[in-house]
Parts: sequence; structure tokens; C-alpha cells
Amino acid sequence: MGFEFHTSSLKAAVNWARKFSLFQYPFVTACCGMEFMSVAAPKYDIARFGAEFPRFSPRQADLLIIVGTITERQGPALRRIYEQMCEPKWVVAFGVCASTGGFYQNYSTMPGADQVVPVDVYIPGCPPRPEQVLDGLILLQERIQRGEGHSQIAIEAEKGYDVPLVAIRPLGSAPSKEKP
Amino acid sequence: MDTNDGPLVPPQHRRVVLGFKDAEDLDAPDLPTESLPLNMGPSHPAMHGTVRMVLEVEGEKISSADIQIGYLHRCFEKESESATWTQVFPYTDRLNYISPMLNNVGYALAVEKLMGIVDDLPERALFIRVIVGEVSRITDHLTCLGAGAMELGAFTVFLYALKAREWLFELLEEVCGARLTSTYLRIGGVSFDLPPEFGPKLLDILARTRVVMSDIGKLLERNRIFRDRMDGIGIITKEDALAYGITGPVGRSTGLAYDVRKDHPYLVYDRFDFDVPVGSVGDNFDRYAVRVEEVNQSMRILEQALATIPAGPFMINNPRVALPPKTETYNSIEAMIAHFKIIMDGIHVPPGEVYSYTEAGNGELGFYIVSDGSGRPWKCRVRPPCLPAVAVLTKVLPGLFIADVVPTFGMMNMIGGECDR
Amino acid sequence: MAQIVLDRLAARFTGDEILESGSAHGDEWARIRRDAWIPVAMFLRDDPSTKMEMFIDLTCVDRFGQEPRFDVVLHIYSVSLKHRVRLYCGAPEDDAWVDTLVSVWAGTNWFEREAYDLYGVRFKGHPDLRRILMYPEFVGHPLRKDYPKEKRQPLVRRQAGAPD
Repeated sequence: MGFEFHTSSLKAAVNWARKFSLFQYPFVTACCGMEFMSVAAPKYDIARFGAEFPRFSPRQADLLIIVGTITERQGPALRRIYEQMCEPKWVVAFGVCASTGGFYQNYSTMPGADQVVPVDVYIPGCPPRPEQVLDGLILLQERIQRGEGHSQIAIEAEKGYDVPLVAIRPLGSAPSKEKP
Repeated sequence: MDTNDGPLVPPQHRRVVLGFKDAEDLDAPDLPTESLPLNMGPSHPAMHGTVRMVLEVEGEKISSADIQIGYLHRCFEKESESATWTQVFPYTDRLNYISPMLNNVGYALAVEKLMGIVDDLPERALFIRVIVGEVSRITDHLTCLGAGAMELGAFTVFLYALKAREWLFELLEEVCGARLTSTYLRIGGVSFDLPPEFGPKLLDILARTRVVMSDIGKLLERNRIFRDRMDGIGIITKEDALAYGITGPVGRSTGLAYDVRKDHPYLVYDRFDFDVPVGSVGDNFDRYAVRVEEVNQSMRILEQALATIPAGPFMINNPRVALPPKTETYNSIEAMIAHFKIIMDGIHVPPGEVYSYTEAGNGELGFYIVSDGSGRPWKCRVRPPCLPAVAVLTKVLPGLFIADVVPTFGMMNMIGGECDR
Repeated sequence: MAQIVLDRLAARFTGDEILESGSAHGDEWARIRRDAWIPVAMFLRDDPSTKMEMFIDLTCVDRFGQEPRFDVVLHIYSVSLKHRVRLYCGAPEDDAWVDTLVSVWAGTNWFEREAYDLYGVRFKGHPDLRRILMYPEFVGHPLRKDYPKEKRQPLVRRQAGAPD
């Protein structure tokens, strides 16, 4: 019962390396981009967490940071970028617009980036203070260490290990009506 | 063995290319070519929000550019039609999000113009609006210069500019509570007074920012790589600026001497002594230089404003417009009802239409407001200053190299929130 | 401040092309008949005492419930003489078209595309009238008063049929 991951000290060491060497792909759209720049700037310095250099190609990145509002028009581009990333990959929704749509409730704003990609950590704020962002990054790092990112669970599921029911449902299928 | 100098290629058949030659001279005349459609965006690494450019390129030269915007259309107008007049302020913050106070100022002035209360605004509120507006203008130009330089490889300049911007953000946070999206202004004044010690702190920050600007200048202005990539690239003529409606630093770099603060002074800009830099060539370097000089002029305005700001109320004395003070709201029934009506119904703006314009970070930011007499706008149109600057790129980009797109687009300072609204 | 503009317009166009004009809150405005839209614009741009070389803004207002339903609104400015004017051109709902001003000021290109995209007003003679802010698959014109604010037309969703 519970989690039965095939875990070992090797896996823990690999996850330790992964969490401290994130290559971020900042998918910057809107105002949160300004706070993202502040987080990368010397004062709040995301580099000391290992997630310093943005890789401006999804093929070379493993952390997709969705910064700012996602519109319906942007949806296919975001989906394609997510699919181009190699696994394991993690997604952080930076700001309320990427988390739930923010205070935009209209014909063009997607109500959250998790309508098209599975999100691991949501960082609320409009825009979030840089300290909030770093807190979210630490949460993500803890999640990576435990091996509980959506992509890591999917990899384990593919290999045939037991994973929680909530995570088994593959991308693209409708949610089931019964409670898990 | 050695490579090119062997006996296999006789000297008379070797082609040595000196200097710059056009691709057409090197190709055989009957070689079939076709242009390549190249897609840049919509996820742009240059951190300018989201824009998609579909370029037709021949080799490295662009033959046509189709610029597709709209990837950040967040429906400012539709949202403002279902919000009260005061609830529109947060939406205006997110228009030009690197200088949010300037958008607030533009919108507040538009509604006050329609209500006819511009002359009743207390003087201290006007000075505060000028001060926070100019601080926002400095953050706007710092971000543009920093991001523009970073895209050309000057990462240090980016870090220096952000360091200075951090100080200004912290100062704005002391004023209104938020670093970026401030929602500081209200119709009839500002929401809080300036904190104590604001003046000395701002003067200290300006002194440090001057050092940062001089460092940035030393790194860029005589830098061969920077000058080669910016000089003579992306030239916009004055006639184009007029026909397209390009104002602000981009418009002034072409030689068009139009600044709303000087030509149609609003708030208390006519009391300050400042110059407006105007370029001559209209290339990227002119736009850079105009912005650098505008930062210096903004600092001049700030010093004069801080020296002459009067004491007094910061909100208009009109119970139909201003929220009553909280002590009265909790203790008297009239104030509570006034508070309730203003919050729930919205401030009643008389029916009519008005176009109000201010000088935002990118140029003439216009608000065209249509009111039907209720507490919600019928239409609240934003005239975005960077939209014509992006539109003229369809004319400017053909003939440039792909690598020239980066500094040209960077110096236009397209802000997605303002361009797409 | 721009009374001279209205005076010159009234002097030049005497045959009912100027339906109404006035001045409110410091802005001068004039309502132009649809077939005189381009001649009035060219006159204002070229006449030496108005010289409105700078195009500022072109948008549309949906006066839902009134006739004509759509008002195309043009703001122009003179940098040399420092005056500005607002021009209206009405278009009824069932015949929503206005002439394009691209030949007068090149900058109206994208603004007219936006008015077409969001309101559905066609601009006759426009070189490239397609949507600019919304995607091509979008159906309808969202800023019309009868388009509900929250009616989304998603292009892609992770789970088909998930509620918005």
C-alpha cells in the first residue's frame, strides 16, 4: 500500500543530482517575466540553487517554467514545447495566471497552464515575490528528491512499478467518474 | 599535412574573398534558389513576451517579415466593460508592465477628464503622480536597455540594470505595497501618501543609479561589437514615424520632436525644467541613446519634484469619488453608505466620450473612454504606443540579416501586455 | 483648441458630408458620412491649416441598441500645429463596412485589422484584412456586446471535455 517505488540509494543520489542542476526553459509571456528576471538577478539569485542558466531550447532543458498568462492562442505552442522536452521533466506554473488564469476570466485566457501540460508546482502571486519563487523552487526540489514529479511517476509507471492511482491516468484521456 | 596550400589547387583557381561581398556575386547565376520560411517565436528567448515572426529568408537576408501578435491578448477592453471604474486599475497595471505607474496615471487622468475634476485634484497628488510616474519610466528604460544588451551578449549590463531596478522596486514597494503591479492610483488622487523618508531614500537611489548608468555607458557606448550591431541598423524615417503614429523614444530617435509632457503638459510637468532628447538617424543606437538620456532627464525631474512637493491631502475632497477614511466608515452611517455605493456601484461617471493622452514609457499612451453614465465603462480603449512601432517592423526588417532582428526588435521595446492588451 | 479644424472642414465640405460636429471635454469631434471618409481624411492630412500628418488611433465602438450599431473612431494629430480631432464614421450592423485609410496613413493597417478582428467591421480596400489578435480558428467577433465574455474556444486541452 502507499508508494511502492523501486527506490534505492542510487535513485536517491540521481534525484539529488537532478534537483540541484535544473536546466530551466523560461516560457516567458507576461508581467511575471519581470519578476523572473529579478529572481535571476544578483539580489535573489536563483543560481545558488543550481538552476542558473536558462536553456533556450526545450531539447536541452528539463524544467519548464511557465511564466505569465497563457492564452488559447499560445496553447498549441506550449504543448509542443512540453512534448519536445526529454524526460524526466518538470513543470512549474509561475504566477496565478499560469496556475489558474489569475483574474482574467475571458474568451482568450486559458484558465491555467495545467489545461495543456501537467504542472508539478504552482507558485501563486501576481506577480509572486522573488522569495515566493525560491520557496516554490525548494518545494520542487523536495518533490524531485522524493521522485514525485509527474514525469518521474510516469517513467516508473511505464516500467511497471506500482504507482498511486491518481498518477496512472495517461495524458489525453478523460477523468474517470468513480473516486479512486 | 597542410590544408589549402597543397599542389592540388593551382593558384590561379583559388578564389580569395576580401571584404564584404553580396551572396549573389559568389553564386553561379543559374543556381536555383528558393527562400526559406523561418519561424521565430512565439516562445521568444529574448524575453520580450510573445510574438511570432514568420520570416522569408534568402541565406541570411530577410526578404519579408510577417509579424503575428496576439499571443498575450488578455482582453483588457472586455474585462473593463464588466468592472467598475476603479476595478480597471489592476488591468491597467498589466498593460505596460515594466512601468505600471505610468499606465495608472494615464487611465486616472482619462476618467478625471471625463468627470471634469482634473482641476480639483490636490497638488500633492499631482506631484506624487509625477514622482511615481518618472520612477516607473526609469525602470522601463533600465529593463529595456538591460534586456536589449543581454540579447547581444552583454550579460553584465543586464545584471547592472537589474541591480538598479531592484532598488527602485523596493522603493515602490514601500510606497504602495507591491513591487511591480502597484494599482497605486485612484480616481481623484492616490491611494496612500508617500512614506516618511521617501525623499532622501529616492535621492540616494538616484545617485547610485547614476553610477550604474555610467558603468553601463562605459561598457557599451564605445564597444566595437555593440556599435557594429546597432549603428545604421533598423532605420526608421520621420515620415514613417508620422504615418504609423510612432511616438516615444522610438519616434524621437527618428527626429520627430514630440513629447506629450512638453507639447501638451499635464499634471505639473510644466513646472519642471527638463529636456527631451531627439535623435537624428533613427537607427538602433539612436533609440538606445535616447533612452539613456531620458533616464537622466527623468532623474532631473525627480530631483525638482522632490524639492518642491507641497504638503496637503493626497485625495480629492469629493464624497462621490473618494472613499471615506476608514475611521469614519466604521463609525458613521453616511460614510458607510458612501463607501458601499462607491465600491458596489462604482463611481458614477457622466455619459460622454473622451480621449486622454499621456507620455508613457513607449510613447503616447491614449485612453479613449466611452461612458454611459453607470459605474462601469461602456468602452475603455487603450491606444498602445508600441503597436505602431511593431507594425513598422514589417517595413524595416526586409533587407536586414536575421541577426539584426534581435537588436532591432529589442530596441522597439515591445511589451506584450501593451501591444496585445 | 482645434476649432480651426472643424471650421476648415465645414468650409470645405458643404454638402452634408459632415453630419455633426462638436466639442466636449476639450476634444473636438466630427461625424463623417461613410462615402466621404477618405476625402475628409486626405483633406485633413494635406490642408496647410490643419496638416494632420500623424495618425494616432483607429478603433470601433459597439453602440448596441442604437443605429448605426458600429462607429469607427479615428484620432489624428498635427505635430506642427499641435491640434487633434476625433472623427466618427457609422456603419450599420447588416452592412458593416467602412473604407480603408491605409492609403492616407500607412499605420492604420494593423488598427483596422484589429477593428475587423474584434468587431467584425470590414474595411474596403484593405490589403491584408485578417485577424490580428485572435487566432484564425476563432469564430465570432469577441468585443461585440452580444459575445459573452467567458465563452472560450480552446485550441488544445490536456483532457478532452474537462470543464473550463
